[in-house]
Amino acid sequence: MKAWRWLKDHAIAIYGGLAIAYMLVPIAVIAVFSFNDPEGKFNFTWRGFTFEHWSNAFGIEELNDALSTSIQLAALSTVGATILGTLIAMALVRYEFFGRRPANFLIVIPMATPEVVIGASLLSMFVYVGVATGFATLLIAHIMFSISFVVVVVRSRLIGFDRGLEEAAADLGASPLTAFRTVTLPLLAPGLIAAALLAFVLSLDDFVISAFNSGQTVTFPLFIFGASQRGIPVEVNVLATILFILTVMAMVAVVTQQRRADRMSAVRPD
Amino acid sequence: MRRRRLVPYGLLGPGLLWLAVFFVVPMFFMGIVSLESGSLSEGFALTWEFSNFGDSLSSFDTQFLRSFLYAGAATVLCLLIAYPLAYAIAFRGGRYKNALLLAVIAPFFTTYLIRTIAWQTILADQSPAVDVLQFVGLVADDGRVLDTAGSVIAGLTYNFLPFMILPIYASLEGIDKRLIEASKDLYASARSSFWRVTLPLSAPGVIAGTLLTFIPAVGDYINAEFLGGPGQAMIGNVIQSQYLVIKDYPVAAALSFVLMGVILLAVLAYIRFAGSESLMGEEAK
Repeated sequence: MKAWRWLKDHAIAIYGGLAIAYMLVPIAVIAVFSFNDPEGKFNFTWRGFTFEHWSNAFGIEELNDALSTSIQLAALSTVGATILGTLIAMALVRYEFFGRRPANFLIVIPMATPEVVIGASLLSMFVYVGVATGFATLLIAHIMFSISFVVVVVRSRLIGFDRGLEEAAADLGASPLTAFRTVTLPLLAPGLIAAALLAFVLSLDDFVISAFNSGQTVTFPLFIFGASQRGIPVEVNVLATILFILTVMAMVAVVTQQRRADRMSAVRPD
Repeated sequence: MRRRRLVPYGLLGPGLLWLAVFFVVPMFFMGIVSLESGSLSEGFALTWEFSNFGDSLSSFDTQFLRSFLYAGAATVLCLLIAYPLAYAIAFRGGRYKNALLLAVIAPFFTTYLIRTIAWQTILADQSPAVDVLQFVGLVADDGRVLDTAGSVIAGLTYNFLPFMILPIYASLEGIDKRLIEASKDLYASARSSFWRVTLPLSAPGVIAGTLLTFIPAVGDYINAEFLGGPGQAMIGNVIQSQYLVIKDYPVAAALSFVLMGVILLAVLAYIRFAGSESLMGEEAK
């Protein structure tokens, strides 16, 4: 009877734990299979443990090229989307203006459109206008689909922003530029970094829109898709595991930084 | 003062222009392409071929129907998994809240394709997971999991689950806990307090989550590609192959338009039914 009570009291926590485990299973599978020693070309069944593919992580040239293309693309699109998205978020939170509803609609609608439609429509335009697809068209597309997500993240950060701190800086004789540099930017930084990280991950992860607009350019996901027909090299699992660990570390750093910024802005008399 | 009024437009300008030129304008071009006729070798010409719409819809109605069915099933499953999990994190998470949220978005940190291929590994014939399912009797002894509707729906459910969890979590987290306490002070049982206070207050999160899960799931083709067989092709697979393999641009464009239109109708109907303006974090101002 006691056990039953305990189970009833903790049902929701147990359910949550199981759900979290379910979400992490494929990640564990990816990591475990990076140590696999497959017999044929297909890395689907467990054959034996080896470090071979970890020591050869960067041994496949096309894979390295694809990954470096993806990282360059993600870096450039992150810079573009973060700047454009932050400016939009500033306008939405800090100003009253005519046309807010259509502006909001234009920001929300790309997030509510299936990727296959976005990819197909962009390709329609490029084909119609006669623009050759390649790295440049990929960059255009990646900035486009990242902007909305940056706006959402930065806006939520700006809404909780205490403008009194900026005013205090001005009262203490800071010029608008100094106030922005010494007060606004440090407080906004965690939000900007979180938004940039999101844009980076979105770009690195994108397959569908890229598949339509890549031309001859091969990104990391496009390489994996191409390789899936003839057997994906184990090194893909290795690189995926490395990327996963790096992103988690970056994410933890952002969360810690955000907490620090929150504490910083909390230090003021009420 | 006049100059200040222009500031927001200056801030909005570059970003919104980018969205207009590379999101809205392409839709117009796709509209033109969908009304063309011809072939890749002879070239396409605009002939206002409205029959493209009817033709493509009638040739691929099975895939359309299947997409909505699969996406609907995946959305329901996501809701069933996500709500209790979001509830557990919001109300029982304590100091592990951030760590749990990190676990929720962790799947995003491995490429979408690799995640789906991991499920291919997990659900492959003779894998331990399939052995268990066969042992329990959920799958026939000689049955397969891969290349069935079930595996595609499972893949969709897995891949879009965070989109359901995060909005629900956000709205649960935003509930004023005093309202729940008040209902208990007024002698509501735990159950009726949940059904009459907590659940209605978290409705905006449920609505946003449902849309954010359903819409991408309808257009998805990765899960059907890797986890389904030829009998599980969704409309995304058709659009993809018409565009990139067969290169029948007008048919592919018409299909994309119909998909977009049907989704828009479904969303509008849903919003009317659910009656909420708090779509996708667009807070009332």
